[in-house]
Amino acid sequence: MQSNSLAGRAARLLGLGAGIALLASAALAEPLKVGFVYVGPVGDHGWTYQHDQGRLALEAALGDQVETTYVESVPEGADADRVIRQLAASGHELIFTTSFGYMNPTVRVARSFPNVRFEHATGYQRAPNVSTYAARFYEGRYVVGLVAGRMTKSNVIGYIGSHPIPEVIRGINSFTLALRSVNPEAEVRVVWVNSWYDPGREADAAKALIDQGADIILQHTDSPAPVQAAQERGVWAVGQASDMARFGPDAHLTAIVDIWDAYYIDHTKAAIDGSWTSQDTWGGLADDMLRLSDWNAAIPADVVAEAEAAKAAIMSGELHPFRGPVRNQAGEVVVPAGDIVPDGDLLSMDWYVEGVQGSVPK
Amino acid sequence: MPIRLEPRGEASVAWVYLTPVLAVGLTVIAGGVLFAALGFDPFRTLHAIFVEPLTSLYGLTELGVKATPLVLIAIGLSFGFRANVWNIGAEGQLTLGAIFGGGLALWFYGQEGPWLLPAMILAGAVGGALWAAIPAFLKTHFNANEILTSLMLTYVATQLLAFLGYGPWRYPDGFNFPQSRMFCYDATMPLLVPGTRLHLGFGFALFAVAGGWLLIARTLIGFQIKVIGLTSAAAAYAGFNRNRIIWFTLLTGGGLAGIAGLSEVAGPIGQLVPSISPGYGFTAIIVAFLGRLHPLGILAAGTLMALSYLGAESAQIIIGLPLAATGVFQGMLLFFLLACDVLIRFRLRLGRPVPAAAVAKSAEAGA
Repeated sequence: MQSNSLAGRAARLLGLGAGIALLASAALAEPLKVGFVYVGPVGDHGWTYQHDQGRLALEAALGDQVETTYVESVPEGADADRVIRQLAASGHELIFTTSFGYMNPTVRVARSFPNVRFEHATGYQRAPNVSTYAARFYEGRYVVGLVAGRMTKSNVIGYIGSHPIPEVIRGINSFTLALRSVNPEAEVRVVWVNSWYDPGREADAAKALIDQGADIILQHTDSPAPVQAAQERGVWAVGQASDMARFGPDAHLTAIVDIWDAYYIDHTKAAIDGSWTSQDTWGGLADDMLRLSDWNAAIPADVVAEAEAAKAAIMSGELHPFRGPVRNQAGEVVVPAGDIVPDGDLLSMDWYVEGVQGSVPK
Repeated sequence: MPIRLEPRGEASVAWVYLTPVLAVGLTVIAGGVLFAALGFDPFRTLHAIFVEPLTSLYGLTELGVKATPLVLIAIGLSFGFRANVWNIGAEGQLTLGAIFGGGLALWFYGQEGPWLLPAMILAGAVGGALWAAIPAFLKTHFNANEILTSLMLTYVATQLLAFLGYGPWRYPDGFNFPQSRMFCYDATMPLLVPGTRLHLGFGFALFAVAGGWLLIARTLIGFQIKVIGLTSAAAAYAGFNRNRIIWFTLLTGGGLAGIAGLSEVAGPIGQLVPSISPGYGFTAIIVAFLGRLHPLGILAAGTLMALSYLGAESAQIIIGLPLAATGVFQGMLLFFLLACDVLIRFRLRLGRPVPAAAVAKSAEAGA
């Protein structure tokens, strides 16, 4: 019938049209532009390097579905706004800002670009188009604490702190709780260098701590100087952010390594398929957001076994570093036996547990 | 064959003004070669650095935002540098300005009014000037080297800001991170162009340029500054009070740096944070000399320096040029400027030096 054939033709045409549109959209599917804002130079180790490794992993995993851009050494002041805005204005649809100081700039710029998705590392402010993400590095510090408790001879551990913010204090406490769970005699001495990266001051701090009898040096700073100082003086050290073994092969017990690869890949995929939502991620060992690098061959096998068992227990949820009883420096039980410090308190932690010497700078 | 530098009697006036242009030209050529060697299209790269940031209103206003602290501080420093007073501690004076002015914003949080911002600006200037008064006092009373004292006070200022940020001025709901609360509306700089970040501080910078020119060219104290800088013996003979000039140049330099610091925290940052400035106080020293200590030169040099930072960002975003490459490019600019400077004041000679007597004779002839 005339009408039928007309309808049929129309349907075919429509179908063809839809097919062409589909083909065209597939062929024209532009790669998602993903921007990264770094606080330091990429270099070959440390905080920014690990974020850049995540970016490279993202490129390798998603190929021509993504196009990544990074801007390095962006100061955490007035400049951050401009860089983030430029990334948003130049077609980047997903932007990772990788330092705490970018929090307010990220939220400010996000207000002007409601269709761009932002992800801010280590902050606490979110918006419909701003997520936050961080890693539970304290889980790694706990495992390291067990090893330190077994390996120390002098029972003095030196700890180089960057800035007395909750992230760093939480790490010191987690480490100390593990340390004293296997060696109640051991104590932790902290030196603050008020910088994330200052090889000179970090080396001085390490030497001062070694002079005070420390035979294991921990650091929450980015330079390999403490590991090098430990190597020189024949004591142990634990690397930070990246595997630092090559800077002090004999001294390096292990390192707490930041891993952002899976996070960046998952969240970019979500942005591509439209399932991205604003959320807060605080992932740990179980989420593969941090790893411990290879154990030093000089660590006895039973110590390694104990550490690996603790790591597995943390991953399974059986062990929580901040399960009570937790005592403060005065020896008072502040977290009763069996209780776990809630995330909110961990995020604002500004007090030391028993076994840490000195006081938190206020 | 030895190469030596022989002073020219008189530098050519035309070349004094042409060398910056020549240096920029040489930098562009050498930079192009560098970028090509790194595998980047030199024209696209230079376009990304020099042109791209200026192609939008937003980019132009950002240039003003970035140049503001550099120009403000460099104008203040130029007075001292002309009089051989070497204030190297503008970074600390900037920090104290931010602390004084920002402290006022926090102190009166919740009871603000239109009077608050002017009071903060005044407090910022006073804070910077007070910090600079310490080297001035030490210099005039104990003849302590102001290069050392002003520089060392920078580190004290940084620690003071950190102490306040970690302690009394920390935002109580901020998860113990070292930063203050955001300033209220009355404590933030009004915007000169709506929808951008160009703030009143830029107006202060332009005002400082005009005021700086007036001071040096048209006032007695400006004349004294110049004479002391050129020949301090003649200034002493004329009865100029050297201590007065030391006080004056350090206080104005510190005051302008303080206003620059306040403009940053009450402008684009909007709160007190441990890192206010990425070294503006030090970069401004370069800006002052690039601008030949002349206010208009400083305005141009500050803008050029700001452009090089913006260009570095846009080159990273647009073509993925590593920051280190633009760092080398910035270094080349300084190198060529200084090299051209040397060549206008000296001429290259090959061969053995002419006997001293002959040089003295030719210098006399030149003078």
